[in-house]
Amino acid sequence: MPAIELNLISGRTIQQGVSMEHGKEKHAYTLACGIVELDPEDFKALGIYVNTNVRLKNEFGEIVVKAVEAEQGPNPGLCWVPMGPWANMVTNPRTYSMGLPTFKGVPVTIEPAPEEKVLDSIELIEAVCL
Amino acid sequence: MSNIVTDVVCPFCGTLCDDLEVELSEDGTKILNVYNACAIGAAKFLHSQASDRLTRPRMRQEDGSWKEVSYEDAIEYTANLLENARKPLMYGWSSTSCDAQGVGSELGELTGGMMDNTATVCHGSTLIAVQDVGVPGCTLGEVRNRADRIVFWGCNPAHAHPRHMSRYSIYPRGFFTGKGSKSRKMYVVDPRKTDSANMADVHLQIEQGRDYELLDALRVALKGEWLPDAVAGIPKKQIYELAESLKEGRFSVIFFGMGLTHTLGKNHNIDAAISLTRDLNDYTKASIMPMRGHYNVTGSGQVWGWQFGYPFCVDLSRGFARYNPGETSSNDLLSRGEVDAVFVLGSDPGAHFPMSSNKVIAKLPSVAIDPHITPTTAICKLHVPVAFVGVEVGGCAYRMDNVPIETRKVVDPPEGMMTDEEFLAAVVVRVKELQEA
Repeated sequence: MPAIELNLISGRTIQQGVSMEHGKEKHAYTLACGIVELDPEDFKALGIYVNTNVRLKNEFGEIVVKAVEAEQGPNPGLCWVPMGPWANMVTNPRTYSMGLPTFKGVPVTIEPAPEEKVLDSIELIEAVCL
Repeated sequence: MSNIVTDVVCPFCGTLCDDLEVELSEDGTKILNVYNACAIGAAKFLHSQASDRLTRPRMRQEDGSWKEVSYEDAIEYTANLLENARKPLMYGWSSTSCDAQGVGSELGELTGGMMDNTATVCHGSTLIAVQDVGVPGCTLGEVRNRADRIVFWGCNPAHAHPRHMSRYSIYPRGFFTGKGSKSRKMYVVDPRKTDSANMADVHLQIEQGRDYELLDALRVALKGEWLPDAVAGIPKKQIYELAESLKEGRFSVIFFGMGLTHTLGKNHNIDAAISLTRDLNDYTKASIMPMRGHYNVTGSGQVWGWQFGYPFCVDLSRGFARYNPGETSSNDLLSRGEVDAVFVLGSDPGAHFPMSSNKVIAKLPSVAIDPHITPTTAICKLHVPVAFVGVEVGGCAYRMDNVPIETRKVVDPPEGMMTDEEFLAAVVVRVKELQEA
């Protein structure tokens, strides 16, 4: 399986905000945030079509999300997961003694995972935490 | 005849738009439409009307199912949880009114809580930097009427603060900015080509994580000193041009967001941004402002500031207020296993904390007070739904420029639902009874 390394940043998108206010247990929230935004070049490197599920992995964890083409880009070397429980499976929790985890600039490996399911936010947190 | 409530304040982001109009049913019980709001603000008002909304507390059972309980039971559980804990984490406080935050502070003092708000995953770095080097600030009204150079650094208002540019920073025709966006130059510094970047006069697509270097380079450029050919991926010509433009402006304002606060360097990035702003004041008028996220995270910092002296990460466990981000911050407390109960109000750590912290929350006695079903409520033992502040109950909130605005009640909450202030006050009463017994 081809895999690529990218620099992950996360944050707000308007779709994240709207779907969050409509209810984080709803499917729209998974569609808005259970994704990773990649550049067209990254899809070629991974050998996958747009809207294929992929696995993001690093030393902090791993998560399956849907790979979509970046609406805001291209951003070579970067990938984007909207803020939410999916992003927080692989963000860097270290605060370096100042209180804030390091949510931006986290190296991740991305590989195709077409057979795997993107969990919704409640399924995900219950599977990981309970 | 239509039944429209005017001058409604939006309880979503720190822009705290105060020009919303909400159309109600003739009997005034249902919200039919929301005008002037952004898509997110409208969603917040309309979601309060959802037919599947929870209206009573629920408790997680041993078999994993949920059981509806009364508010009295919820008050009893919460009071006992806080009273029995040696060091409870009391987190959130940003999506509620200053009035409720004040009652929460009393509860924290009574029970020796570790009080922390969402700045701990947001603009906490900013608060530390402001304590280190001060801040040349202004109000959004001054920006609207006077600012002719706007820099958005590490923020994407088109998505996160959708009406910021149209109400205050770019498009309005202010007293000295009569041509609206034509009176202003807009710069965006961001490693991504964001929608805000596409609207800018100039986008500096900085290498991710190199903000400190570029801010320092701008300080050098202001003084006309030597720079290498490129800094943080930005050619020196562009850096000198931006420095010159900011100097030439009558009033230059830097707005910044999570791109600076979350990136390595964190509070030191903000130090550099504030220092750049201070340097600019040698040549022209300049201010800097954090793009605060939750509609009343600023208020939470204000309330704790005047009550305890610190805006977040307040440790009340010793009977007096201590403050030491890195030690008394939520994620550090959780990762070190230093708290023995978790109380969440008006925030969602389940969605917005690193998952390693949520694994700790899930193992502790816990209560989440939130109108919504969220990842946090999914891992807490007790979920207490309350009325929406700014929709079903009024109360004071602080805009991102520290201007307090009284939010408005638009409709009644579902029958029998408590507000978070009422719930907190009832817990305070019960904790006092337990302590006297």
